[in-house]
Amino acid sequence: MAQHRRGLRPAAALAFAAVPLGFLAVFFAWPVAAIVRLGFGSGAAGVLRVLGEGATWRLVGFTLAQAAASTAVAVLAGLPVAFLLARVPGSALVRVAVLVPFVLPTVVVGLAFKALLPDGGVVAIVLANAFFNVAVVARTVGGLWAHVDRRAEDAARALGASRWRAFTSVTLPALTPALGSAAAVVFLFCATSFGVVLLLGGARHRTLETEIYLRTVELLDLPGAAALSLVQFLAVVGVLVVGAVARRRRENALSLRGQAETVRRPRGGEWVAAGLGYAVVVLLVVPIVTLVVRSFAGGTAGYEALAGTGFRGSLQVTGLEAALNSVRVATDATLLALVLGVLASVALVTLGRSRVRPGVVEAVDTALMLPLGVSAVTVGFGYLVTLDALPGDLRTSAALVPLAQALVVTPLVVRTLLPVLRSVDERLRQAAATLGAGPWRVWREVDVPLAGRSLLASAAFGYVVALGEFGATSFLVRPDTATLPVVIGRLVARPGELNNQMAYAACTLLMGVTVVIALLVERLRVRGVGEF
Amino acid sequence: MLAVSGLSVRYGTVAAVSDVDFEVPDGSVLALLGPSGCGKSTLLRAVAGLEVGTGSVCWDGVDLSGVPVHRRGFGLVFQDGQLFPHRDVAGNVAFGLRMAGTPRAERDARVGELLELVGLGGHAARRVGELSGGERQRVALARALAPRPRVLLLDEPLSALDRALREQLAVDLARVLRVSGTTALVVTHDHDEAFTLADRVAVMRAGRVRQVGTPDEVWAHPVDDETARFLGCGRVLDAAELAVFGDPPRRGRVGLRPSALRVGPGPVHGEVTARVHRRDHVLLVVAAEGLGRVDAVAGIAAAPQVGARVSLVLDPGGVVPVGQPSRVSIRDRAIE
Amino acid sequence: MRRLVPLVALAVVAGCSVGGEAPVDRTVVLVTHDSFDVDQAVLDEFEARTGITVAPRKSGDAGALTNQLVLTKANPIGDVAFGVDNTFASRALDEGVFAEYRSPEADKGPQRYAVDGSGRLTAVDVGDVCVNVDPAALGGEVPKTFEDLADPKYKDKFVVEDPATSSPGLAFLLGTVAHYGEQGWADYWGRLKANGVKVVSGWEEAYTQEFSGSSGKGPRPIVVSYASSPSAEVGEDGKARTAALLDTCFRQVEYAGVLNGAKNPEDAKKVLDFLLSEPFQKTVPEKMYVYPAREGVALPDAWTAAAPLPEQPATLPAADIAAQRQRWIEQWRSTVGG
Repeated sequence: MAQHRRGLRPAAALAFAAVPLGFLAVFFAWPVAAIVRLGFGSGAAGVLRVLGEGATWRLVGFTLAQAAASTAVAVLAGLPVAFLLARVPGSALVRVAVLVPFVLPTVVVGLAFKALLPDGGVVAIVLANAFFNVAVVARTVGGLWAHVDRRAEDAARALGASRWRAFTSVTLPALTPALGSAAAVVFLFCATSFGVVLLLGGARHRTLETEIYLRTVELLDLPGAAALSLVQFLAVVGVLVVGAVARRRRENALSLRGQAETVRRPRGGEWVAAGLGYAVVVLLVVPIVTLVVRSFAGGTAGYEALAGTGFRGSLQVTGLEAALNSVRVATDATLLALVLGVLASVALVTLGRSRVRPGVVEAVDTALMLPLGVSAVTVGFGYLVTLDALPGDLRTSAALVPLAQALVVTPLVVRTLLPVLRSVDERLRQAAATLGAGPWRVWREVDVPLAGRSLLASAAFGYVVALGEFGATSFLVRPDTATLPVVIGRLVARPGELNNQMAYAACTLLMGVTVVIALLVERLRVRGVGEF
Repeated sequence: MLAVSGLSVRYGTVAAVSDVDFEVPDGSVLALLGPSGCGKSTLLRAVAGLEVGTGSVCWDGVDLSGVPVHRRGFGLVFQDGQLFPHRDVAGNVAFGLRMAGTPRAERDARVGELLELVGLGGHAARRVGELSGGERQRVALARALAPRPRVLLLDEPLSALDRALREQLAVDLARVLRVSGTTALVVTHDHDEAFTLADRVAVMRAGRVRQVGTPDEVWAHPVDDETARFLGCGRVLDAAELAVFGDPPRRGRVGLRPSALRVGPGPVHGEVTARVHRRDHVLLVVAAEGLGRVDAVAGIAAAPQVGARVSLVLDPGGVVPVGQPSRVSIRDRAIE
Repeated sequence: MRRLVPLVALAVVAGCSVGGEAPVDRTVVLVTHDSFDVDQAVLDEFEARTGITVAPRKSGDAGALTNQLVLTKANPIGDVAFGVDNTFASRALDEGVFAEYRSPEADKGPQRYAVDGSGRLTAVDVGDVCVNVDPAALGGEVPKTFEDLADPKYKDKFVVEDPATSSPGLAFLLGTVAHYGEQGWADYWGRLKANGVKVVSGWEEAYTQEFSGSSGKGPRPIVVSYASSPSAEVGEDGKARTAALLDTCFRQVEYAGVLNGAKNPEDAKKVLDFLLSEPFQKTVPEKMYVYPAREGVALPDAWTAAAPLPEQPATLPAADIAAQRQRWIEQWRSTVGG
């Protein structure tokens, strides 16, 4: 009988997946493998020696522990904010505000936290990491929460559950897919957090990421760095596999609702959640305001300096040109990441629905996440030893910056989009098919509108991540196309009051650009398909 | 005419549907009736093209193998509606018309017409989230009917609703199907619903169709013990056992509907082991001497309590012959 | 237009783009570190005069730069490199990154700083890492020597960078090694620790956040920075608010060299000559906060007052630094517990 089945066929899905996987192979797997191989170049002895050292495993332990602690704090702080975004009317500004920390250069945030907690140390590292990542939790979880049918909660309440019980027994399980996604992303960000750890932890609290940097850049110890890169890679794969197993079968069909139906003024105990959410937002905003205030320390001198190239020409571009560069590069990176991320998500959802072994789907899914968990230093140096084999010698090309940023942004797009796409009831698609919609039309009429909000949200989020990306960008960018974070990093590293004021003014400018972009997306969301 | 022959669907090693044949003439309604898990929904989905199977599904003699879901022109109504949450009522109903490229004016007119038909005139701009369960099913029905499907497939269309609403909507649904002259295949586990909606009923069990016939025929002559039990016979026994009521011995198997035995001055005695209140009578379970456990009815007034000794009389109208009498199958073929 | 970039890049990856160079390409790629800067007018004059286009490619600090050169030595990413300093020079030379070229300009001063006799690296500029002080915050009682810094008078006033994570931090450690010798430097650091020295991970934090003489107005009036830093902290009266202690300096020398396997070696040599020429050397203080390696180049006015070149800074042979740095850092860590 009919071999034509619902929707896309697995073969087509695999063809889809080939594009992002190919990108990943060329711009991630190959360079990383090349660097690790170089480390083994002088024989495996050097690598084995590093692996045999107790200090290496203490590094692994501390890296994972600080990442886990940071993730826990980010999740706990992010949940009430997600509640605000999902359930409380008039939270558009909150949605924009939580994005701002993400673009701040780590050196600036690190200095701010050092001023707050002068002794630095583990607590400061964990708090600073969480500060950056609350937005990931709030937006990812909030995006799904907004669509979770309120009536299941009401039903639990009617069955005698307290608000808290209703939350833990009904709402929380429904949010698990998004929570899992967000936690995985945050964990990877924290495990590879570099600037903050170096600044707040110094040489005392070192992670794999900072140690790889120091071994590579300060000690030129390539075998050591290769060994640690290998350990980092395996640790990340290990954590991702555990996460994938935990997530398995949790991304169930949910009864999704339009947000207009789920938003209302908080009642009773919900005020506590809303209050906590607002408290977290205030905590996020305080350092931001401090930075803005600081940028005015010398009057408007810092802002006037943005039109120039810093004290005695510290920069090769003006602050305003850097802002334009940032916007251009982030646009390219986001568009590329959207194409790759949507293709990957569609492929993963289609494969997940077909009778392909779940292991295959999870493997593809995990592979896409890896770039978040591997040191930018490793990837950056990897480019140098591989990309000259491609036509056009991309090693010195300006196009490398958006490509490298897209590597980081794509997994974020996938993580935001997948839970929503997976939670669309298959029968909704089937209903559309029986009404005459072909496979593509089904995607357009059902999946795109239902996931459109998440798509826009992930685009905005990815854009902001690209705007704020520092590690890979500072390594690859050319001075005449420097982005704002790179410029800020340079200004802070120079003496002179004007440079300092300009750095803080540039921070404010960067935050301003972020807010404008985020507001634009908010508007799009309201006007477009985004009623849902 | 929809004709299904030799249709089987397997999930791995499990046969969900085995070698099913049936036909649905134009304008008629066939109900697939069976307990949950009997494969009737899978069969429906295979007809729609949502499941892969072997065998053939033909429309007017043309085999639909290789025709994907969206080109079959078969409408489908799910148990829980599956309305598009991002579209309003009119947007849902108009969906199939948009897919078919129907001009806007015609589309609007058709949407209005169908909403009137299902009793939801004036609800066009409502958000689907604001609808009650019954309204949702009406919208789902209108949505499926709008593009004038060749066959309408209904998968337990009423079972998510409460009883009063279900009964009322069943009447409405029967009317809509009749008025629109729609050829339809209804999956249900409720024989009342099947008999209300359908011209003919196909009883399914364990992936196979056991009996096809008009509601009257199926009701009056269940083909085997299981079918009789599914249709409400509390006991199926050899007719000879009814001799305890003093009747002349009969041959074959018979099913006893609850109304077959009544509390009254009769030759069989027993003890009441359970009682259930029904709308206009009390249903008793009686451990009867010589018969074993049987159902019986009593009037609401002075119904015996559990533990009471009662006597039972036989009402021949509640006794159903079980097994396929030859004349039934001949008549059934004649209809086809 | 910009949106096309990723697509074009993908096309390149897919092999659709045809690589190939113009027959007479006189572009010289100058691989350098983040701090490289040049006066545009001076560069324009050079390019106009020679027909050479200089394309700077900056990445990271001196360590990252050296690493890049080592990793890409088989197929170098440029023609000439500038910015490898004396703490990394041995490594780059051992790896055979640079080709031999003795510039005619090298005899006019740079030769003083030569790493070895091979002529593969030529000094372009020198910078000194020195202790900086904020005299106002110290009430005029300014320390002068390494020894003064261990004086209880300056308890809890000194902030240094961790030599494991910071290049000025490493330079200051090397300075103490050069001054006190292999036997005495650890003991000196023990006394600094007892005197409340604070260790932070990077220059940014030490200078802009901890140091009282910068715009951050931090709590500590003594910091490890550069000899040139005071010239950036000039008050309304035109006088420097901070000062460098010229007896505590360690000299960092930045070198340039033509890369082995350069695509355009002849023009690369001309660019190296340009880096040593008087017009370029003159801009070095203003643009990169370092002193010219060439002799007889006039310093800007602000520098002569605020940042005179230390006369007898400490130095260590590049080969010693390469061989011992890791051990010194580890020993330092066990002493100070950074």
